[in-house]
Amino acid sequence: MIFGRIKDVNACRLPTGGEIDRRRALSFSFDGRSYTGYAGDTLASALLANGVTLVGRSFKYHRPRGIFSAGPEEPNALVELRRDGRQEPNTRATMAELFHGLEATSQNRWPSLALDAMELNDLAGRFLVAGFYYKTFMGFPGWHFYEKRIRAAAGMGKATTELDPDTYERQSAHCDVLVVGGGPSGLAAALTAGRSGARVILVEETDGLGGRLRSERETLGGVPAMRWVAQARAELESLPEVRILTRTTAFGYYDDNMIGAVERVADHLPVPPPHVPRQRLWHIRAGRVVLATGAIERHIAFPHNDRPGVMLAGAVRTYLHRFAVRPGRRAVVVANNDDGYRTALDLRAAGVEVIKVADTRPAGPSAWRERCAAAGIEVTDHAAVTRVHGRLAVIGCDIAPLDGSARPVFEPCDLLAVSGGWSPAVHLHTHALGKIDWDDGLAAFVPGAARQAHVSVGAARGAYSLSACLADGFKAGAEMAQAMGFTTGAVPDTPASDEPDQRPIQAFWAVGSGKKRFVDLQDDVTADDIALAHREGFVSVEHLKRYTTLGMGTDQGKTSNIIGHALMAEARGEPIPQVGTTRFRPPYTPVALGAFAGGDRGRHHTPERRSALHDWHAANGATFVEAGHWLRPQYYLAPEEPAGKQSMDVAITREVQAVRNAVGLVDVSTLGKIDIQGPDAGELLNRLYANGFKTLAVGKARYGLMLREDGIVYDDGTTSRLGEHHYLMTTTTAHAGDVMALIEWYLQVVWPELDVHACSVTEQWAAMALAGPKARDVLAAVVDDGADVSDAALPFMGVIEARIAGVPVRIFRISFSGELSYEINAPADWGTRVWEALAAAGQPHGLRPYGTEAMAILRIEKGHVTHAELDGRVTLDDAGMGRMASSKKWFVGSGMLDKPAFTDPARPKLVGLVPVDGKTRIPAGAILVADPEVPVPPGQLGPEKLGHVSSSAYLSPTVGHPIALGFVSGGPTRRGETVWALFPLRKQEIEVRIADPVFVDPEGGRLRG
Amino acid sequence: MIRITCPHCGPRDQDEFSYAGDATRTRPADPATASAADWHDYVYLRDNPAGPHLEFWHHIHGCRRYVKVLRDVTSHQVLACGWPDADLEAAQ
Repeated sequence: MIFGRIKDVNACRLPTGGEIDRRRALSFSFDGRSYTGYAGDTLASALLANGVTLVGRSFKYHRPRGIFSAGPEEPNALVELRRDGRQEPNTRATMAELFHGLEATSQNRWPSLALDAMELNDLAGRFLVAGFYYKTFMGFPGWHFYEKRIRAAAGMGKATTELDPDTYERQSAHCDVLVVGGGPSGLAAALTAGRSGARVILVEETDGLGGRLRSERETLGGVPAMRWVAQARAELESLPEVRILTRTTAFGYYDDNMIGAVERVADHLPVPPPHVPRQRLWHIRAGRVVLATGAIERHIAFPHNDRPGVMLAGAVRTYLHRFAVRPGRRAVVVANNDDGYRTALDLRAAGVEVIKVADTRPAGPSAWRERCAAAGIEVTDHAAVTRVHGRLAVIGCDIAPLDGSARPVFEPCDLLAVSGGWSPAVHLHTHALGKIDWDDGLAAFVPGAARQAHVSVGAARGAYSLSACLADGFKAGAEMAQAMGFTTGAVPDTPASDEPDQRPIQAFWAVGSGKKRFVDLQDDVTADDIALAHREGFVSVEHLKRYTTLGMGTDQGKTSNIIGHALMAEARGEPIPQVGTTRFRPPYTPVALGAFAGGDRGRHHTPERRSALHDWHAANGATFVEAGHWLRPQYYLAPEEPAGKQSMDVAITREVQAVRNAVGLVDVSTLGKIDIQGPDAGELLNRLYANGFKTLAVGKARYGLMLREDGIVYDDGTTSRLGEHHYLMTTTTAHAGDVMALIEWYLQVVWPELDVHACSVTEQWAAMALAGPKARDVLAAVVDDGADVSDAALPFMGVIEARIAGVPVRIFRISFSGELSYEINAPADWGTRVWEALAAAGQPHGLRPYGTEAMAILRIEKGHVTHAELDGRVTLDDAGMGRMASSKKWFVGSGMLDKPAFTDPARPKLVGLVPVDGKTRIPAGAILVADPEVPVPPGQLGPEKLGHVSSSAYLSPTVGHPIALGFVSGGPTRRGETVWALFPLRKQEIEVRIADPVFVDPEGGRLRG
Repeated sequence: MIRITCPHCGPRDQDEFSYAGDATRTRPADPATASAADWHDYVYLRDNPAGPHLEFWHHIHGCRRYVKVLRDVTSHQVLACGWPDADLEAAQ
């Protein structure tokens, strides 16, 4: 980017005034051309200062568009900012603070802004009315065919696909009084609340305080009102319990007085300084909320009211006073209220030629009008602009009397200031489910009854005069502090302002005829579209919105909704309150997703759990796999083995063979472990598990199955009795947290009479399983003091305590692999010491560590179920474990086991599956059918489903071919039959034979050995 | 985000809790003799009132106690909180 060539330095900048710092010039570029602005500028004010008025193309018709407003309501001037990972589309130029080197690009134009090929859409506009796309493109070959092309032609900016290099963070805050808006009302409220000692947070969307006062020439007590603002700020900053957050938008008002706000910490800088986030999301929980959110000006729908150079009257004053920018040389003002006069006077004072003020109201007394007349500004009563001339910029307009008494008169101008009145910014009030009422006198919706603890003050409730704003704010701040228990002094007197009284607004929404009277500039919705929606029956505001897209842009119709709804009311011949308005929903203005994500991205998106043995795995060639939040070793590679699928298959085979033929060691720390103690511990287990636990002896373990209340199998694991009143329950890795919560539920809510305590100890123990024919040899060699681990002393399902390498351990003789196996629990901090001792003792026997892949193959070979089988649809009978359910006792879920659906003989039941060809892998998730060649009956999506494949071992080193577990209707009775496993995503059809689910050692001799 | 007053910890944000279901259902008094219809009623049938509703919340990221909450489901307003055996409607 070349910033050297600086053209036409600020041709439209006023010589004095404004909040800009003329000593700090900033270079920036727009569409590749370099310009200069000043510190304190927004992108919009800097562009206007450089005479750039054409900044974008409209959404649908690709009409040239300029800068329409000076605030968050901007519908037109949406640009792309920055580049690469920081590229940000649809940014409002009116809210983007200028910084040195800012790169901005216009959107939705090709090949260039001034020459946009898609402007043909504008000429074809008579066809592109509301509903056009739906009506036209629903036919052959279908909406989905056209949608892509339509979206490419009509559109917004492009989001980057690169990683955002900046950081975002979240912060919570509590306060007694939250004040939203740093204008006169908000400052007054913060002052009286803050003086009481209450904790006050004041949030202000822009970079400075003052609100509308920054945009006006008002005085208070004879001095410029901004001097009062400076004093107020200084006092607030001196109060220790008051916090001021500028560049912060309160975007949503949520339940229980929680306000969401986004602080643009570094948006005004080229890049955030080190350790500073780009944006910060605030969750502010407030005792009371003062909504001093101000009001938003509306325009009037007249033909071609969207041309660059048409600008809201209040925004014109903002550019004049805050930015010292003259948005034009020759201005016409059209208004239905006194604000037009204020703008005309300010333009005149800034040296802009004011051709005429057209007041839509019939002649009447107005102090503002008198001031204009005294200044020699021509005023035409009961008249309006009926057409705008010019395409890329305004070159003039027609002004005609509204009673039709004379022909329109052409007035040359390059700026057309419009005021259609102001709408209080009731957005947050309605987020909090507050009602809104139509005020005929203001021609606006004003806040009605509040549902939460908040109050709207000043312009946000339709009290527009400065003195009313201040009085409102002082009173509300004091009342809200009092409501929170603080004592306030007398409400201060309001300093005198010099503003004259206002003459009431006229409800005046649209004038003239023709297709291009824009209501919603961002969505290209015209007055005719509203009429069309009415003719076609979309008469409710909600239907109107969806049919025409009124208010559905990124500006959410801030300037347009009321106009659209008022025109619909006119068309229906009903008053506006009866027609109603759509509800505002958060966010008030767009919020970057990054702000919501905060630090929860990448590796920080979810917590990562590591077993106590993790570092050993990492140092010994483990490839890790995510299992829920856990990282578990998937398989282990030797240092010389290259990573890849081939090495993986070799490694898994090697690990399975080690367990079947020698000995293996696996980390099972992730299994849930719950310590259960108390006189009623046995009773609790007996109620939770479907099988009996009353008879479990001390020093013994038992496999247990838990059902849900509806009778479906929930979880399984072994539970051991460590003492008279002491048990250790294990759960699956997946359900560890849920089973703990469930036990708490039963103990606290259902059976509070049971004298038993439960505590999760998953992370307190490192757990490892030593499995294989040589397991006992390894264990015997490693236990301290020659502890007896013989079959007699530690039989299958026995539990002992011992020491390994000096570490006290619990040894459980249980088996998931089907081999002779010991599960050893060691205190987590000593886990690695025990693991290393076992690994060393196993070396002479060929011990290998094994990962989750080998573990899965081993258990599939044994037909052991996991959550892949116990998937929330399976009964005990389905899983082949019906006989385990105790008939002697009641247990959770037992009352639901007789449901007809549970006893249906057609239910799919657990079986083993092998490929008929002896080699094809059977993918888990495949659907089992009898014969894929049988024609599908009409009305049915596919062949009749007999079941599905739940788990698959692509290679079973022990069996010698792929095997799988699955559920098939009829279950074991179909053993030996062949069915087909269909996997349509990969177009696979595999013939499989139904087998016993236990492929290895069905008698269980190995694990008892 | 609603605030729930845990009887043990005091007022806390909703995101410290997880929803734990309808608190109006009564479990069959004697599970061993309860009929299939009793269980069906307890396990499956739920009212869906527009207005105050009794529900359980688990203070899962706090003290791990279950809390009974009377909440207006039309406004999200929490009307009362207490221990699981509290009679919140009577207290209203």
